[in-house]
Amino acid sequence: MQFFSGSSVVDVSLSPTAPPGTATGHAGNNANVLYIFNRNGVCLLYREWHRLLRTLDASQDQKLMFGLLFSLRSFTAKMDPVSADKGNLGVPLLPGQGCSFYSFRTNTYKLSFMESPSGIKLILITHPKTGDHRESLKHIYNLYVEYVVKNPLYVTGTPIKYASAHVCNVYFLYLLSELFTTNLDQYVKTLI
Amino acid sequence: MAAIYSLFIINKSGGLIFYKDYGSAGRMDTNDSLRLASLWHSMHAISQQLSPTTGCSGIELLQADTFDLHCFQSLTGTKFFVVCEPGTLHMEALLKVIYELYTDYVLKNPFYEMEMPIRCELFDLNLSQAIQKDRVALLGR
Repeated sequence: MQFFSGSSVVDVSLSPTAPPGTATGHAGNNANVLYIFNRNGVCLLYREWHRLLRTLDASQDQKLMFGLLFSLRSFTAKMDPVSADKGNLGVPLLPGQGCSFYSFRTNTYKLSFMESPSGIKLILITHPKTGDHRESLKHIYNLYVEYVVKNPLYVTGTPIKYASAHVCNVYFLYLLSELFTTNLDQYVKTLI
Repeated sequence: MAAIYSLFIINKSGGLIFYKDYGSAGRMDTNDSLRLASLWHSMHAISQQLSPTTGCSGIELLQADTFDLHCFQSLTGTKFFVVCEPGTLHMEALLKVIYELYTDYVLKNPFYEMEMPIRCELFDLNLSQAIQKDRVALLGR
């Protein structure tokens, strides 16, 4: 997997487009949500473009999502029919260790998942008929690297938004979240 | 090449009632298969809770690097799931066929106790036939 394409900061011309037939241009009854977690389970970003039902409050929802992914990774690593020797269930897995799932689909949504080697987990929820979003998630990860990680004022492991701080710092952090979210929105709109 | 690796049937409480492995390197012992079945049952339920829209009935397809998992849940809550090679087609149809076999040879068996592990010869026999027929149709051998 190529994570660092070596392109310049604002080069988004190579963004993978949505698989044909799935970008409908309007969300309709379908949801579009993005979560980004780090390896400790902190939700770095939660962004929703369209969501009809919220059963739990935001922090519970994020914890549940992280827990589900953790268990699903254990499950797929153990269920792997190709490798003979697998670890025990419940042992925390390193990123990239064992077989990992990349998407699951229910009748109302499709969840696409990607884990970077550093443990950053990206989750994209879209409508169920979407195709494979692995390339899209890689692109979103590159956006994250370019606009968030490379920003010197961003403290790793904290949610991506501006926090109250020095006046000067607040301005730069505001720029950070603005740039990232603007580019992210632009890109995801092409996928919906 | 499309092949089925294994089949699981889970009762409505999440207990494993049937597990058959069709030749995968990842063959599991009983304890592991029981644990995985319960884990799947819980995750199926959590995925319903996390749904951003109403009317979600749980995971139908899970795609991983080396396998796909198709799941069918009956109206009574019994779950049938099959682990197969990535990209295998017609698994939903196969699951419906297996469900029909389950209703015919297991539920209609007067000696079968509900929610208990399945020990019905006719079910095993017909299941192997259905899987074989499926394999012949897909692979031509």
